[in-house]
Amino acid sequence: MDKKSSGSNIFMQPVKAYFKQNYGILLAFLVMCVFFTIFGNNFLTKTNILNLLRTCATNCYLAIGVQMAIILAGIDLTGGALAALSGVLCVMTFENAGLPIWMGILVGVVLGMIVGFANGSIITYTGIHPFVVTLAMQSICRGAAYLFANGSPVTTTERSFGVVGTGSFGPIPLPVVYMTVFLIVDFFTLNKTQMGRSIYAVGGNELAAKFSGINLNRVKIFVWTVSGAMAGFCGVILAARMSSGQPSTGEGYETDAIAASVLGGTSFFGGTGSVGGLIIGVLIIGTISNGLNLMHVNSYWQFVLKGVIIIVAVYTDRLKQKRQNAA
Amino acid sequence: MAKELLRMENIVKTFPGVKALSNARMVLHEGEIMGFMGENGAGKSTLMNVLGGIYQPDSGEIYIEGRKVEVHSVHESQALGVAFIHQELALEPHLTIAENIFLGRTIKNRFGLVSQNLMAEAAQPYLKRVGLDIDPREMVGRLSMGQQQMVEIAKAFSLNAKILILDEPTSSLSEREVEVLFRTVRELKKQGMGIIFITHKMAEVFQLCDAVTIMRDGAYMDCLRSEECSEQKLISLMVGRDLGNYYVRNFNEPGEVMLEVKNVTAGKRAVNCSFYVRSGEILGFYGLVGAGRSELLESVMGLYPMNGGEVILNGEKLSRHDPSYMQQHGAVLVPESRKTQGLLLNNTIGFNISLPSIREFIGHLHVNRAKEESIIDHGMRSLSIKAPSSHVNVSTLSGGNQQKVLLSKWLATDPKVLILDEPTRGIDVGAKAEIYSIINDLAKAGMAIVLISSEMPEVMNMSDRMIVMSEGRITGELNRSEYTQEAILSLGMGVAN
Repeated sequence: MDKKSSGSNIFMQPVKAYFKQNYGILLAFLVMCVFFTIFGNNFLTKTNILNLLRTCATNCYLAIGVQMAIILAGIDLTGGALAALSGVLCVMTFENAGLPIWMGILVGVVLGMIVGFANGSIITYTGIHPFVVTLAMQSICRGAAYLFANGSPVTTTERSFGVVGTGSFGPIPLPVVYMTVFLIVDFFTLNKTQMGRSIYAVGGNELAAKFSGINLNRVKIFVWTVSGAMAGFCGVILAARMSSGQPSTGEGYETDAIAASVLGGTSFFGGTGSVGGLIIGVLIIGTISNGLNLMHVNSYWQFVLKGVIIIVAVYTDRLKQKRQNAA
Repeated sequence: MAKELLRMENIVKTFPGVKALSNARMVLHEGEIMGFMGENGAGKSTLMNVLGGIYQPDSGEIYIEGRKVEVHSVHESQALGVAFIHQELALEPHLTIAENIFLGRTIKNRFGLVSQNLMAEAAQPYLKRVGLDIDPREMVGRLSMGQQQMVEIAKAFSLNAKILILDEPTSSLSEREVEVLFRTVRELKKQGMGIIFITHKMAEVFQLCDAVTIMRDGAYMDCLRSEECSEQKLISLMVGRDLGNYYVRNFNEPGEVMLEVKNVTAGKRAVNCSFYVRSGEILGFYGLVGAGRSELLESVMGLYPMNGGEVILNGEKLSRHDPSYMQQHGAVLVPESRKTQGLLLNNTIGFNISLPSIREFIGHLHVNRAKEESIIDHGMRSLSIKAPSSHVNVSTLSGGNQQKVLLSKWLATDPKVLILDEPTRGIDVGAKAEIYSIINDLAKAGMAIVLISSEMPEVMNMSDRMIVMSEGRITGELNRSEYTQEAILSLGMGVAN
């Protein structure tokens, strides 16, 4: 019971705990970086690292929402398709409807929230499994994106919109700045709010959470709404970067987001997962793409590799669970 | 006398910390329907599970048709002609009747393919014996509970069962289905089968059984012919448990009514129930397993919907009715199952204890760590939870310590009304004594406590007043001076005195 922390310990303790909890995955990340530094061209350069972080950012937006859903013992597969739909409608708002650009961005994010809210409500009130609901919603969003865009990209020449996705703050690309802000908010939400605790509690044991006086419906709807909003924002940034809302964009993004979550130690059994873990997960996924590109490996191999990584990561989690249950 | 089918003698079975069977006995003859009675925890199910091959006895002998046998598995038990039909039926709802009967022994045609027609044909005679006139190709999920039971019995026939164990078979049947079941059971008796009929209902013993075996506290008490027994005699054989001496209780004058429940109905499990509990008193809730006590109190707490009735908490009629509202107004329920309803096993003690009271230390993006620690510390210290720290997972604790975590979790919300559902289930005697002393202290401090328990000595020793339920209804209320084991069990079995 004596964990009275002395002054110097107050900052070291969380850092130590972080390393202790994530040493396996940190080690893997390190090995990977060394490998790409040796065999890839210009891996350890400022330009490449900023570039790497930029690609990580869009995945991270989705992964924040997906991780929450997984902590809740659920899943969200809507991400990629919802990002495409948001991107299309965002650009159409100012290109076709002639509204100001900020309205377009708002439309993109709010649309994400609405779809997420719909996901959460359907899951809560019908009792259909989140996998099925969000898979169906993925299909709906993808279809809607093509329908609105009439099958081809909606382009824009608004330079100020492009800046939202390509600009930078000092040397740091804006998407990376957003990512940092979101991660901080995510951290506070999960660790410092009643909602955060409730998410872990519902994911860990839904019935016990209900008996503890937690409003299950509210927690579930919150999580999927947040996840939807993040996907909406992701779509806006993608559209800004490409100066067009493309209905085909974001294919397979949910896979990357899930991979990042599970790599970071988020268990599909629910109830566990940390933002610190998620960050490494996102970095690893980003580094794989980036490093393999630098090595000129056929990009299709990346899909294969990510699939393998998901299985290995989840299997490691299973082993950990087993050891815990045996203890 | 008919041929002896089964003889179980001197069966002893110990579980860690509890002696479940000390000297159990059962004798069954061909063509005999043997009622099997006993209070909660008397050891009926344990004994039947020994016969069914689910538990291995520590010592004792089992003879089937005069031959000494050992039963190591469910499979061996079936091979010896024993069919155990559990209260929760074990049929596959998405398969047909015939497929269920021949599950694992699928009948194939000459091309090696599974043949529905051949199976249906083979199932026909068994279904006929249990009087079930339904196409064997019907899905089991579409049958009524009574019909599903018949399918189980038909399956038992197909396995050449000679001994049939029915565990409270009428508990989920309608009256008409019960009649059909009785008719079938009598028919089976005529065919020479021996039937063990576990029941809590007196009327069933007199209507159906030839004899009745009674157990108490893990030991065989007596076996009576139905003609020679009366309700009073059966009850007096079932009660008489050692009341124990590890209970702590100081009685004090109760105060204001804290919780009043009027005419609450919760589905079929609790019908038109009214009661109240005052501060500083413990209201016991006794009933046999399945009497509807948990369902009633869970509905009162807003965990499940209520169909009618009202709940008055602290003099105020409730406008909203959900667990978090009840909790904020000072009423909490400590559920009966630690694992499924109570705790997050893979989270720390601290997380579990602080969960219901997070409102007190988490504000807007700010966690008051000092407050959180003090809630957890206080919880651990006041109930003396034995653990290396509050950061270890609850799953690593003993049952008794888990139970204390469960209790301190809700005590941290500082309740005025505390509903305890089986607070000492599955924990050892030492931990029990500790829990009783905690409960006593809480009552002394003025808390209004509802104690739901299936253990009669526990309710008798700890409570000021007692409500007894049977089959979803409150059958009586007793003051402490009126407590006798006979009176309580009579009410619990729905027997009018």
